[in-house]
Amino acid sequence: MSGPGDFYRIWVYLSQTPLLWLSATLFAYAVGDAVSLRLRRHPLANPVMIAAGLLILLLTSTGTSYQTYFEGAQFVHFLLGPATVALGLPLWRNRLAVRRNSLPMIAALLAGSLTAIGSAVAIAWVLGAPPPILASLPAKSVTAPIAMALTETIGGIPALAAVLVVLTGIFGAVIVTPLMNLLGIRDFAARGFAAGIASHGLGTARAFQVSEEAGTFAGIAMGLNGALTALIFALLALAI
Amino acid sequence: MIQALTLLFACQLTGEILVRAAGIPFPGPVLGMGLIFALLLVRGRSAPALDTAADTLLQNLSLLFVPAAVGVVQQAGLVAANWVAIASALIVSTILTLVVSVYTFRAVARMVERRAAGGQA
Repeated sequence: MSGPGDFYRIWVYLSQTPLLWLSATLFAYAVGDAVSLRLRRHPLANPVMIAAGLLILLLTSTGTSYQTYFEGAQFVHFLLGPATVALGLPLWRNRLAVRRNSLPMIAALLAGSLTAIGSAVAIAWVLGAPPPILASLPAKSVTAPIAMALTETIGGIPALAAVLVVLTGIFGAVIVTPLMNLLGIRDFAARGFAAGIASHGLGTARAFQVSEEAGTFAGIAMGLNGALTALIFALLALAI
Repeated sequence: MIQALTLLFACQLTGEILVRAAGIPFPGPVLGMGLIFALLLVRGRSAPALDTAADTLLQNLSLLFVPAAVGVVQQAGLVAANWVAIASALIVSTILTLVVSVYTFRAVARMVERRAAGGQA
């Protein structure tokens, strides 16, 4: 009844349907999330990196192409659009905090956003990175759904941008607390805001672990930085 | 729930239509985010169903970019050939961004506080 031949037939059938790779994506993320929870949400144990690593191993060991994988995974990917729209809600909930601190926020946002974009591209350019990489770097501090959309508009590689965004978030989340302590900054609104500008959702998650105030300001910074970076990209694209 | 999801999709769709009609290089969903923010600002309150729908999406945001992250497998050669440039850019730029942002925030906040104190005196 069941033998290697049967297993092969089932595999051939399943590997051609979206169901298999959709399930695999959800399962890999569940594993990544469980590992992250077990390690008390340490920034280095990032569920996205764990899930993507597992899936890449699975794809390469079964000889499955990314196109086949994406036929299943696209249903998850598609939800990035409405999720980006949903980012407007926390921004609206925090509108009073934004109004109270509007001047420091606008100034820090402009300075931080331009630093993030300019320094990343300048450093990679000096070190000889080719254009596809240069075009995938400037959105690295912005939350992934916005970063991928922006990278596409300037001819970068959205998949590479997604990975750079996650790596930036991990590094920012790991470095922000020791760096701010080193600088002797005790204003948790300012610390959180900087974390949100430099390292989006992962910096925000880290900021919430440190203080509620820092987390709230990080979330605001993440949303505003997404909108401002999109505006800067559009202006640059129109100017060129 | 369905109404809330419909509103989120409608904002995204409107954003896409406006961006394409105007021919500007701006992501439709980001404009959609601005639209829902403006809608809430005008209406003055959210709805429980909208809160639930938005929070559910945002609490699982990480999951949504797993398929894209897996796509880096197609760029493995490009990344391997340029890993020093990429790593340097990410590390130095992230530290610079944190330092510049936090100092700017503090400097302007101090200026605002001083002006407020001056106004009261």
